[in-house]
Amino acid sequence: MSTAPGAKATSIPLLGRESEPTIFEMSVPGRHAYQLPTTDVPQRTLTELIPPSQRRSEPVRLADVSERDLVAHVTRLSHRQFSIDLGAYPLGSCTMKYNPKVCDEIASMAGLKGVHPGAPASLAQGWMEILDDLSKVLCVITGMAGATLQPAAGAAGELTGLLMMKAYHRDHGDERRRVIIPDSAHGTNPASVALAGYDVTTVKSDTRGLVDIEALKSVLDSDVAGIMLTNPNTLGLFEEEITQIADLVHQVGGLVYYDGANLNAIVGLVRPGDMGFDVVHMNLHKTFATPHGGGGPGAGPVAVASHLVDYLPGPLPMKAEDGAYEWVTPPRSIGRLHGWHGNAGVLARALAYIEIHGGDGLQRVAQHAVLNANWLRVRLREIFDVEHDRGCMHEVVFNASSLKKRFGVKAGDIAKALLEEGFHSPTVYFPLIVEEALMFEPTETESLQTLEALASSLESIVRAAEKDPDDLHNAPRSTPVGRVDEAKAARVLIPTADAQPR
Amino acid sequence: MPDYLPHTNEEVAQMLSFIGLRSLDELYNSVPALIERLSPQAIAPGLPEPDVLARMVRRGKANIARNDGLICFAGAGSYDHEVPPVVRALSSRSEFVTSYTPYQAEVAQGVLQMLFEFQTMIARLSGLPIANASLYDGASALAEAVHLGVSVTDKGVIWCSSGVHPHWRSVLRTIAQGPNYTVTTVPLKDGKTDWQAFDGSPGVVVVANPNYQGYLEEVSAARSLCDATGALLVVVMDPISAALVRSGGEDGADVVIGEGQPFGAGLSFGGPYLGLFSCREEHVRRLPGRLVGQTTDNQDRRAFVTTLRTREQDIRRERATSNVCTNQTLLAVTAAIQLSWLGTEGIKQVALRSASATHYLGDRLGDVKGVSIPNRDTPWVREFIYRTDVDARQVIDHMANCGFLGGVALKTLCRPDDPSIDSDLYEHGIVVAATERRTRSEIDGYVDALKGVMQ
Repeated sequence: MSTAPGAKATSIPLLGRESEPTIFEMSVPGRHAYQLPTTDVPQRTLTELIPPSQRRSEPVRLADVSERDLVAHVTRLSHRQFSIDLGAYPLGSCTMKYNPKVCDEIASMAGLKGVHPGAPASLAQGWMEILDDLSKVLCVITGMAGATLQPAAGAAGELTGLLMMKAYHRDHGDERRRVIIPDSAHGTNPASVALAGYDVTTVKSDTRGLVDIEALKSVLDSDVAGIMLTNPNTLGLFEEEITQIADLVHQVGGLVYYDGANLNAIVGLVRPGDMGFDVVHMNLHKTFATPHGGGGPGAGPVAVASHLVDYLPGPLPMKAEDGAYEWVTPPRSIGRLHGWHGNAGVLARALAYIEIHGGDGLQRVAQHAVLNANWLRVRLREIFDVEHDRGCMHEVVFNASSLKKRFGVKAGDIAKALLEEGFHSPTVYFPLIVEEALMFEPTETESLQTLEALASSLESIVRAAEKDPDDLHNAPRSTPVGRVDEAKAARVLIPTADAQPR
Repeated sequence: MPDYLPHTNEEVAQMLSFIGLRSLDELYNSVPALIERLSPQAIAPGLPEPDVLARMVRRGKANIARNDGLICFAGAGSYDHEVPPVVRALSSRSEFVTSYTPYQAEVAQGVLQMLFEFQTMIARLSGLPIANASLYDGASALAEAVHLGVSVTDKGVIWCSSGVHPHWRSVLRTIAQGPNYTVTTVPLKDGKTDWQAFDGSPGVVVVANPNYQGYLEEVSAARSLCDATGALLVVVMDPISAALVRSGGEDGADVVIGEGQPFGAGLSFGGPYLGLFSCREEHVRRLPGRLVGQTTDNQDRRAFVTTLRTREQDIRRERATSNVCTNQTLLAVTAAIQLSWLGTEGIKQVALRSASATHYLGDRLGDVKGVSIPNRDTPWVREFIYRTDVDARQVIDHMANCGFLGGVALKTLCRPDDPSIDSDLYEHGIVVAATERRTRSEIDGYVDALKGVMQ
């Protein structure tokens, strides 16, 4: 197939390689952009308001720029930034799919954006309906009985779920100390387990890339609070023995936690609840495209089976008999996880995405995500070793160690070279159990033409690796900056424009 | 079917054949048959965009409290500040909205430099040299500050002023269940934290200045307590009042946190907002969340990159001091834009005008029969509590009928036994704030409406 025009992000950078000054370097004291409304409120002075001992000694120095300069600065910086709107972003485990514009508009509607979170439920019925509808549909999608929308991101969801597990065990007179995690898990899993006050027990993967059942059995006892699993796992493989795993953990009294980072592979088709999971978190910014915002905001709702609903963080929106929504806190709630009701604007976007897609649309989302990953797996197996070359789910992990052995070209070099081709890099060096890992998640919104262009670019990079490997160490060149010195950033820390590096 | 998938039926067939399958169902051959498949009918059928937009507009209309309907006098951690068109336009640029965490620095200089500028602004505001690239919200910043403090002092005993927002304290209690911290909530006396109420030796001390009732605290008293006990001091700032009030850094804080909502996030029913987090240099290796640093590229040009990454969960795993991964980058970018729009003078003006409007409201309420304001002699900014003879929820309902979001009833913020209030205030207290957006006639109108309910 020939590559189609328009598949690559060829427009960056727009102009030259000159760096953009910081806003502080552009600052001219006395200049300003702000405009405040006319006021007839009697004004007080700083001296009248704040006693001398509590008064700030010097003004907060901010950048003093005109509105025009501010617009130019931020716009120029935006041109130094890759985004899904610009081109394909096959970053494994991150689900960088297209973010429908309609959701941006919904989040900024006056009737939603302009509502104070401390308003009583009676004055915020529209928001209550959104939160309740979203909770209900997420329960259907996961096969669970109740949900909290408070956790602001996946890691917050993990901690929420673990604290609920802890409260549940405590109520059953059961102080358990360990949580099991496969060696392929995301780093947030062990970090959350530690913050929940549990010890981590790692269980290895078998030769098929799945949880090693015998190894699991050997670490299971009545001290195990539960297991955290991502399914499909971070190798992009479905844990085929999942129901057996759940049974084994349940037999020792443990609970089974579903990390929803990879939910996009199965959304609308198969449910964690039907696999035996008790607790599920979802990353709405991944599966439901809310979007990523350069690293947030996300949303990490947690849904639970019926035996855990009493522990959900509160308050929760509930529809009373008269049809009005009110806030209700579950009887054994672990407490709040958010200052208000969660990342509400993100939650509204997710509900809109689900309502637009519907049950059949979500199924197609999952199917096409898996189709694209498998197409890429087969298309690229000539140039990269597939870590586990059988049907994958929404992502595929290649092992680039043969390129390293033959030409000294690392996974990181390939990632950097791909940037120059107008594509974002895949995830590299993860999962940790794969040597020179290249993890691609194309998502369902990339066309066949884009996938072909991506594959062709990777082929030309591998050809370049054979011919002139040293050249790849210097990639990328056409990006706004060349390869960035990360070691220096850590050695000579400059975290602000005021820092005096030593 | 309304969706955003590009493949034609022919392409799907072609791709399936390329990978050696006959149907989309076969893609799921590795999913055991005994796991039930969900019927597509279990979830309502998809709707076209215009239908969903209309549905959301209807939901928005059911939000009587929307600030283009009711005039907003609510505060308590979320404030109705101006977010100008230029900030909305710039912060909605899709390069910022639709990018991922800036792991590939060569194509993420836009987000990275915006975050570097944000960190600089928050460090200046807090008076401490290090600021991270944001956390989820103010409450999560509190939880992370406590984790940092305990990791330094190795003492999971937290003394938290009850002047810290009640919801944040609730989050702290939730988080404390993990590592089993002991959290002691210190009562207020005359509007300020009464550190003498308890004997003992805390590991971490938390105070909000101003506190959630608007009173200015003597942070020096908390500092002395820390000096005497070896505890770490966490100060919660209000980032607008910070333009007027001594910074946490000036007051000897080890960590300064805050809720960044006033910097362009809007009300948005409580989120997404952003947690502000800054600390002394000696704690930088325990800093939660992402940190952007300046460095150079291979041609010695200035470049930015996320740094000290070995602190973070994806590298350190169970030995990480925080599990935070996703943060609130887009809100941090927005905050940097809003702060540059305000500039040195603008932030001070917003702070002065907001405090002036709130004080004017306080003065006028003093004339209303059946309304009283406790601790009038303690200096305050930002917001205050008033007590009405009528039930506070009834007042809020009445004020809504008159066109005002009258404030936040204490009843919706805390429990009757909360150490920050006399139990009598629970049913009768309202937290109220006026920002720079409130006019004299709006404030006068509020007072007149309140007189109506007090008769």
